[in-house]
Amino acid sequence: MIPGPFSYHRPESVGDAIKLLSSLGEEARPLAGGHSLIPMMKLRLATPGHLVDLHAVAGLKGIRRDGNSIVIGAMTTQHELLASDEIKASVPILQEAAALIADPQVRYRGTIGGNVANGDPGNDMPALMLTLAATYRLEGPNGAREVMASDFYQGAYFTALEPGEILTSITIPVPAAGHGYAYEKLKRKVGDYATAAAAVVLTMAGGKVATCAIGLTNLHETPLLATDAANAVTGTGLDAASLKKAAAAAEAIMSPAADARGPVEYRKHVGGIMVARALQRAASRAK
Amino acid sequence: MAKTHVTMKVNGAEVEGLVEPRTLLVHFIRENLQLTGTHIGCETTHCGACTVDIDGMSVKSCTMFAVQANGSEITTIEGMANADGTLSHLQEGFRQMHGLQCGYCTPGMIMRAHRLLKENPQPSEEEIRAGIAGNICRCTGYQNIVKAIQYAASKINGVEFKEAAE
Repeated sequence: MIPGPFSYHRPESVGDAIKLLSSLGEEARPLAGGHSLIPMMKLRLATPGHLVDLHAVAGLKGIRRDGNSIVIGAMTTQHELLASDEIKASVPILQEAAALIADPQVRYRGTIGGNVANGDPGNDMPALMLTLAATYRLEGPNGAREVMASDFYQGAYFTALEPGEILTSITIPVPAAGHGYAYEKLKRKVGDYATAAAAVVLTMAGGKVATCAIGLTNLHETPLLATDAANAVTGTGLDAASLKKAAAAAEAIMSPAADARGPVEYRKHVGGIMVARALQRAASRAK
Repeated sequence: MAKTHVTMKVNGAEVEGLVEPRTLLVHFIRENLQLTGTHIGCETTHCGACTVDIDGMSVKSCTMFAVQANGSEITTIEGMANADGTLSHLQEGFRQMHGLQCGYCTPGMIMRAHRLLKENPQPSEEEIRAGIAGNICRCTGYQNIVKAIQYAASKINGVEFKEAAE
């Protein structure tokens, strides 16, 4: 399987990458880790005339603390996220999720920017970004802008990215000290996309949920923030009735595709179970 | 499509070639460099048979273009033996522990295990299994592959290898 022909570009600055993408137009695609795009090109489901490889662009890599936020460069790999002490200390849910993405070889190449910018409903990081209230920095021919992750996803593979724009970094407000977290992902095998997955970040006070955010992966054409489900458990001690209510509220907003991972009813059902499990595990970790 | 000149260091030797941008690294390695130890299995980034070591990373060479490897340092299975031609600990482990049957996945397994042991010289069985999760073997059930990697880890750490009781 050999991809169709294309021209290869390797800019060294964000400005040059934007200029290339703008001038080459719709035929051009940015190339990050390539572990979604290259397989699609081999299957000829994607046939870009130009690839703008971002690997040599300065300043797109790295993880740094900026006050109460963590800023992650778009070309930071999943492997680098897993190896980062800063992420481990501040936003450990990212490591729990990254470890469930694909396999070790793919994680050496796959980037967080590619994962969140591609708009693939099967990708894991977008739901985490909604849960963590992250913002994306988009840079394009008309300058830079910040877009909330919750405003970024418009449909499967449709995002707020305008022609010529690239996502250059992600800013995540550091969750409260002592927060609990969990990413529960049901998948058929290593490397598979989620049949259903739920991300939970919460804080507990006096045995009750004080704050809670829940994100859902691959249960809709976009990642979802399950606000009603989070409200259903806030103020409770996560008793069986509250968990059931949360699962039902989450299921109410799911509309997964029926595919090889199962029919719609099954995927919604296990989606609710992922929510309940993630809530319990997150609570057990909260201090 | 115009060809691009690439140079890289493969198994310690400087190599060069002319490639189309769409040439996958695995094809460059096998066809231009005639290093056919790196296998093509699934071609869809699942099986890991084409795994090589690039600048300290295990990479599936079917999912990277040769032009992207320009200037990099690569090790393939042909570079795994010791300088005097004797088998490396990992190769010896696969031989002693019967870590292969048909052998198709073995080059990728060894290249992945090589990087795994560089990053974690004393992995637990669980860490080995997670570490080779991107490599598929359809013969052995992985038991002997895990043992082969444990064997190599013991040798690297200079301790006697003891097989766990079945």
